[in-house]
This record gives sequence, structure tokens and C-alpha cells, in this order.
Amino acid sequence: MTINEIQDEIIEEFALFDDWADKYEYIIDMGKKLKGLPEDQKTEDNIIKGCQSRVWLNAHKDGENLVFEADSEAVIVKGLVSMLIRVLSGHSPKEIAESELYFIDQIGMSQHLAQTRSNGLVSMVKQMKNYAIAYQLV
Amino acid sequence: MTLTEIVDIQKIRADFPVLDQEINGKKLVYFDNAATTQKPIAVINALKHYYEFDNANIHRGIHTLAERATRDFEATREAVRKFLGAASTEEIIFTSGTTNGINLVASTYGRKFIKEGDEIIISGLEHHSNIVPWQMLCEEKGINLKVIPVNDRGELDMEVYDQLLSEKVKLVSVNHVSNALGTINPVKEIIAKAHAVGAVVMIDGAQATSHLDIDVQDLDADFYAFSAHKLYGPTGVGALYGKKALLEAMPPYMGGGEMIKEVTFEKTTYNELPYKFEAGTPNIADVVALKAALEYMDSIGRDKIAAHEDMLLQYATEQLLQIEGLRMIGEAKNKVSVASFVIEGIHPQDIGVLLDNLGVAVRTGHHCTQPLMKRFNILGTTRASFAVYNTIEEVDRLIAGLHRVKKMLA
Repeated sequence: MTINEIQDEIIEEFALFDDWADKYEYIIDMGKKLKGLPEDQKTEDNIIKGCQSRVWLNAHKDGENLVFEADSEAVIVKGLVSMLIRVLSGHSPKEIAESELYFIDQIGMSQHLAQTRSNGLVSMVKQMKNYAIAYQLV
Repeated sequence: MTLTEIVDIQKIRADFPVLDQEINGKKLVYFDNAATTQKPIAVINALKHYYEFDNANIHRGIHTLAERATRDFEATREAVRKFLGAASTEEIIFTSGTTNGINLVASTYGRKFIKEGDEIIISGLEHHSNIVPWQMLCEEKGINLKVIPVNDRGELDMEVYDQLLSEKVKLVSVNHVSNALGTINPVKEIIAKAHAVGAVVMIDGAQATSHLDIDVQDLDADFYAFSAHKLYGPTGVGALYGKKALLEAMPPYMGGGEMIKEVTFEKTTYNELPYKFEAGTPNIADVVALKAALEYMDSIGRDKIAAHEDMLLQYATEQLLQIEGLRMIGEAKNKVSVASFVIEGIHPQDIGVLLDNLGVAVRTGHHCTQPLMKRFNILGTTRASFAVYNTIEEVDRLIAGLHRVKKMLA
């Protein structure tokens, strides 16, 4: 699936929820299911600092594609992180670098990306793209 | 008696238009009052009135508007003097807020009178704004910074304070009330002990002025700073009290208009107090509206406000402690209406996000007190802070919200 096909799939999943709580329960569930990172990879190098919660991001190449792994100490952020990984991980650096993320806005979670100081999500998206740009060059 | 009889709560709530709205389909519960309080209509009208009828620059023009603006601006200075119990309006300097007041003292008094090898004492309860200005000064001048530790209840360890005091200490700067925990510090005692070794004392009053009666002369404080927006007034304005003799000895903070007596290219002489510290056109409208905020508090009665808030705190604390896995952070014997807590296994940010969806506004995180959070070995807390317009029913909404949040995150 392309990045946009995955985004559309997530938007469809969220269209089923008519209640904010269902939506958040789904995100919380995704947050809990995300494997996260082993403690030794939660390093200063991988950290993306937010005002309230930290996010750790790791990237490596798998064949032609870029694979992301990430973690957060707050479960809702972790759920959103999990969706970002689902959308972007496993695609070519070019695809990732050129992608436009519209699903967050469409599922009504854009406030989490607007609060730049309170969580590391905005920086995380930026960092994912930076990895993609960097891997395009090697 | 019922719990809400201390003040006429319905009448008070009607004074705050912002409270009458829904968030995510639920009536707003605003419990982030320690960050900033909402504004009564009297304050909003004072701002509106100023811009509609009286706007002019102050202390200069001889026309009617300038006179009116100057009169109202200076009337607030008198109101603040009375509010703080200061001896004279010369001792009241308008600032942009508490942070500005602390930086002013650090940059002027600190730079001039504190030298290499001297010591400054702050406390483990301080907001970053009462840490960083002193750190900057210490780094610049080679001054040593000492910290009064905090005990498990969130109170200052006064025995260690006694040990820290010596002839080397030139300044002590502590908050009157902790923003993160609500602890009321024994500032009168802190000041007296500092004076005994010849140190001056700066009090960060940001969190105290909306809850406590302040009398700077009784406290014998050398400097006392507060922000208007924490006591129902506008943002961007506050005041610094300083003892006249100290203010006179201090060099100016910023250069510019208003703070001068005479300017030539060879030498400038400075204006008298308090104008020496008020360079440039001040925040006139917000200063004018600050008076309306002080009058508003007086119209309810400061003792009644405190009693109402105290009742909410007692009730909230009892209810919160019944939640399994919840631990209060800050259980000082003397505290204002701040309930800071953690729930085992749940990140404060998750609590904040979900409560917001339930229409309940709280603050989560480290509250700009990272060293204090480290002291308690926590990432942050959830903080509910109460003001005069909050109700028992709203506390119930918080408690119900927390039960819901726990279930969602379980």
C-alpha cells in the first residue's frame, strides 16, 4: 500500500467512531500494542523532547525501505506515534520525504500536532522526514 | 450549612463570561487558575473603557485625555500600594509581570551589590523564573547559588535554611506560595533570619496574591513581585515592590524615555522613583484595568475568597484521596487551593488530554519546576487549582472524570 492508501484506511477506521471516547480508546489501544523501544535504545540521540512527554525515534534501512521504531512515555502520544509509523514506516526514503500527512487532521487529532510545546509529535514527523532525506543521499 | 454558602457563587460566576461555554459538548470546568485566572466583566470593561474614551500617553501631554490616562494609571499605583501594604507609591514599580520583577532585581540590585564569592539562596520549590535569573547572575559574577531543600510534604526544610545562612549570603529569593504544590512558605521567618545575617530578601508573590493578604511592611520584605493575570487582572502587567532606600541605591534597569530627568550627550540624570525603573511607554491599559481586578477581589472580600477556595481544596483533597493509586504531591500544613497529584501507572499528559475532552481544564507536566519534580522523582503532576468562581459540583466533575480516565487507560 502507498502512504496515502494507508492514510485513507486510517481515516475510514476512524469514521466508524461517533464518540470521542471510542476514538481515544482506539488510540490508547494502539499505544499499548506498539512494541516500543528497548531501554538501551531510549538514548539521548534518539530522544525528541516535548514539554510534557518524551518520544524516542529510531530509523534503519531494510533493503530499499526505511523502517521506523518509536516509543513514548505517554500512551496517547504513543498511539499517535504508532499511527505515524504505520503510515510512514516501510516505504522508500523518497516516498517518505515527499509525503503529505493529512490523516491526523482528518481524524480530528490535529490539536496534538498543534501543541508544539507539549509533546514531541511535530518534531517527530520532522525527524522522520529528515531521516528520509538523509537516507536519500546515501 | 451547605458547603457553598461562603460566597454567592452564582452571582460570582455570572461575572465571568468565559465560564459560560461548552468544551467538546460539556460545560467548561476551569481548574487551571494557578496558570492564569479568568477575568471578571469589570476588568474587561475597564480595558474597553480605557481604549474607547481615555487612551493617551501618560505623564507627558497636557491635554485632557493624557491627564485622564495619567490619573487612572497612577490610581492603580495607589491601589497596588494599598493592596501590598507598602508605605509609599514610590515603592511600586509597574512591570510586565513577576518574571520581569525578579529579573529587574537580579540585573540591578544583584549586579551592583553582589560580588564574587558571595552567596544567593533560593529554594527547591521555585518556578524556573526564580531560578534562572539568579543562575545567570551567579554565572556572570562568580556568585554561589544555594538551595533550601524540600521535605516529603513539599515544605521547605527550615533547619537546613538556618545552616545555609551566613555572612556570605547577600540575597535570599523564595516564593511566597509554590506554584506546583501550593505550599505557603514561612516568608516572615525566612526574611527575619536573612536580615539577621545582613541579606536582602526577594519574594516571588505570583501565586500568593490571589489567595493571601499581603503586607510587605509586616513581612519586612525587601522586594515583592506579582502578576496581575493571576489575580483576575489582565496579562502582561504586574508590579514590583521594593523598599525605597534599596530602589534609590539601585541603578536603572532599562534606559529610555520616562526614566530620565535630563539627557545630554555627555550625561543623563535619572528620574525619581518609581519612574526611574519605568522606561518607555508602559502597558497603560492593562495597568488601569488591574485596579478593577483589585477592586473586584475587595468587593467579594479577600477573606471570603480564601475561605471558599479552602473549602474547595479540602473537599477535592478528600475526594481525590479516595481514588485508588492516586498520590498527592504536596501535603504541606499550610497551602493554598492547589491539588497536585499523580496516579500510579498513568502519565499526566494522558490525564490532561482526556480530561480536556470531558470539558475539564487542568494543568499537567512539570509546571516550570523541573528541579522540584526531580526531587519527588516524578515526570510531572496533574494540577487542579481553584479560584473564587469554582464550585463543589465542578470538583465532582473532576473526580468523575478521573474515574473515567482511569478506566479508559486501564
